[in-house]
Amino acid sequence: MKISFPHMGTSHIAFKHLIENLGHEAVVPPTPSKHTLSLGVQYAPEFACIPFKILLGSYLEVLERGAEMIISSGGVGPCRAGLYGMVHEKILRDLGYDVELLIFEPPLRGIVDFLKKIGRVIRPNGIGWGEFIKIFKTSWLKLVALDETEILSHQIRPYEVNRGETTRVFEECLSLIDKAWTREEILEAKHEAERKLRAIEQKQDYNPLRIGIIGEIYVVLEPFINLDIEKTLGEMGVETHRSIYLTDWTRDNTVFDGEKDIKKAARPYLNQLIGGHGINSIGETVLYAKNGFDGVIQLAPFTCIPEIVAKSILPQVSKKFDIPVMTIFLDEQTGKAGIQTRLEAFVDLLQQKREKRGVDVERVSGN
Amino acid sequence: MLNGFLGIDVGSVSTNLVVIDDQGQVVEKLYLRTRGQPIKTIKDGLEYMQQRLEGKVDIMAAGSTGSARNLTGVIVGADVIKNEITAHAVAVSKEIPDAQTIIEIGGQDSKIIILRNGVVTDFAMNTVCAAGTGSFLDQQASRLGIPIEEFGELALRAENPVRIAGRCSVFAESDMIHKQQLGHNLEDIVAGLCEALVRNYLNNVGKGKEILEPIVFQGGVAANKGIRAAFEKALGKRVIIPEHFEVMGALGVAYLARNSYEKTGQSKFKGWDTAKLSFRAKSFECSGCPNLCEVINIYQEEKLLARWGGRCGKWEYLVS
Repeated sequence: MKISFPHMGTSHIAFKHLIENLGHEAVVPPTPSKHTLSLGVQYAPEFACIPFKILLGSYLEVLERGAEMIISSGGVGPCRAGLYGMVHEKILRDLGYDVELLIFEPPLRGIVDFLKKIGRVIRPNGIGWGEFIKIFKTSWLKLVALDETEILSHQIRPYEVNRGETTRVFEECLSLIDKAWTREEILEAKHEAERKLRAIEQKQDYNPLRIGIIGEIYVVLEPFINLDIEKTLGEMGVETHRSIYLTDWTRDNTVFDGEKDIKKAARPYLNQLIGGHGINSIGETVLYAKNGFDGVIQLAPFTCIPEIVAKSILPQVSKKFDIPVMTIFLDEQTGKAGIQTRLEAFVDLLQQKREKRGVDVERVSGN
Repeated sequence: MLNGFLGIDVGSVSTNLVVIDDQGQVVEKLYLRTRGQPIKTIKDGLEYMQQRLEGKVDIMAAGSTGSARNLTGVIVGADVIKNEITAHAVAVSKEIPDAQTIIEIGGQDSKIIILRNGVVTDFAMNTVCAAGTGSFLDQQASRLGIPIEEFGELALRAENPVRIAGRCSVFAESDMIHKQQLGHNLEDIVAGLCEALVRNYLNNVGKGKEILEPIVFQGGVAANKGIRAAFEKALGKRVIIPEHFEVMGALGVAYLARNSYEKTGQSKFKGWDTAKLSFRAKSFECSGCPNLCEVINIYQEEKLLARWGGRCGKWEYLVS
């Protein structure tokens, strides 16, 4: 079968691995582009959020390339993304595509349905459960390798001497990991990627600002939508830490239903589920503040209710922990110039704050 | 010869130039309309400054800000290229050191900047809507047939300002026409427009911000007395308009250029004769991926000065 899936950061490399090892043909979605967005905007309801539109555009692109099945994830709680799979399927059918959408809900919410859907993917090729688990573990390892390589790249980029080098090396690393097939090869590729990134010429005696990136999962993970915010900030000399990586998200929601620390940190400000990543945005801001970050940027799709609720609570957190927070709403109308201006101003603000704190500290110790 | 520091702010509606001296005093300032031709306007501005200052003031360093700050920066050879939020805050912290709130309303953007102890602690800019900006007033003034310069005076003469829906400038116009047809007088309608703009600003840009005194109001719209009065009425607080309210962004980067010169002792400023060179922008569509970015080349005479507009960075890196 020709199977495809959404494009989300670098995860397509691991999903491709999984699908191909299960004996199917993977239709890798192209990196989202203006073309993807135009397709999505054309066929989506106007007030749907940007993740909906990009996903729809991606689906149309992979259908053109012959995909017969699309695998995606659902969601729980009062966020409309939980219904997106069904609406996508309806729109695609109305457009005349005969496609099967397989939407995986978190297994703890319905284990039978979850297993049935996996069966739907592995049975046609006669793959048993034991073999599936083995293949899944290797793909998971690949996903972890991708996430760890990316985390490292965001740590190194602010120190790079030659602007753009980290991004170029990171692309090479992705292709290394993509080519690795067995467990051993993946581990080897991960080490090689780490070696390459660490070999980048870096500034010494430099203490970059640190910004935590929080918000709704899809706009946080997909650089096309967030206008490459992490790369942009990195090249401005800022170290970013992203609250969400697919490997920890999947870990938390599938088996353990965890994120305990984040929810605990959020509890004094918000003690109930508001859907999406609303609670996380609050809890993560508290945790970033406690870990000495200079600031936090919240990324949200325009009209996203969970993030709007979080935004209106964040000023309290920001005040209590003395950590500046800036919110950026994203949709197809968002202009790069406006975002650039805000990012530069936010970085100036944080820099001044840090310098002032430095002066205060000196003054106290001088007494 | 006096040492001078040049600041240029090229925005969507206006282009402002300021020259300050060693002491930070404004030697000369200029406010021009950009009229969609930033390169020409910058050159006109430089030429004007040259006529006024050549032989008297030596420009030691230059800075640029505004939405065309990068373009301006490569054309004049700026030592500092700064976003307009920081530039405005810098200017205020020099002019009115104890200011805690800055209201800035320009042609197409409006911002609020919160300062505490002279440092920016929070800011916001209008995002999806321009109904709280100067262009909104421009539109309505021309609809009413009043020169924008007389708008404010007229508003101050109002006795019963009418309430006009100010969320969207098109609907505001419909509402305004409706009020005219009901028979409200011109003064009351004009004052109503001022209040609509202020309401929109406070509910949109100013949402959730702690607006403490001293409050500084700047940007081109600060020339409008009606808006100032509407702000004071809505906030119940006094609003200060700085002497150089219309060129504060340019003044801010002039200060920053001076700081940069004090630190480094050198400058990239190309001199007044830059105004005589020919600059042109040429764009092409990159077909490397489906994004089809429009990449822009900036030429000085035949030399490629800078290039931007690409998403992936492959074009920018070729130059640097």
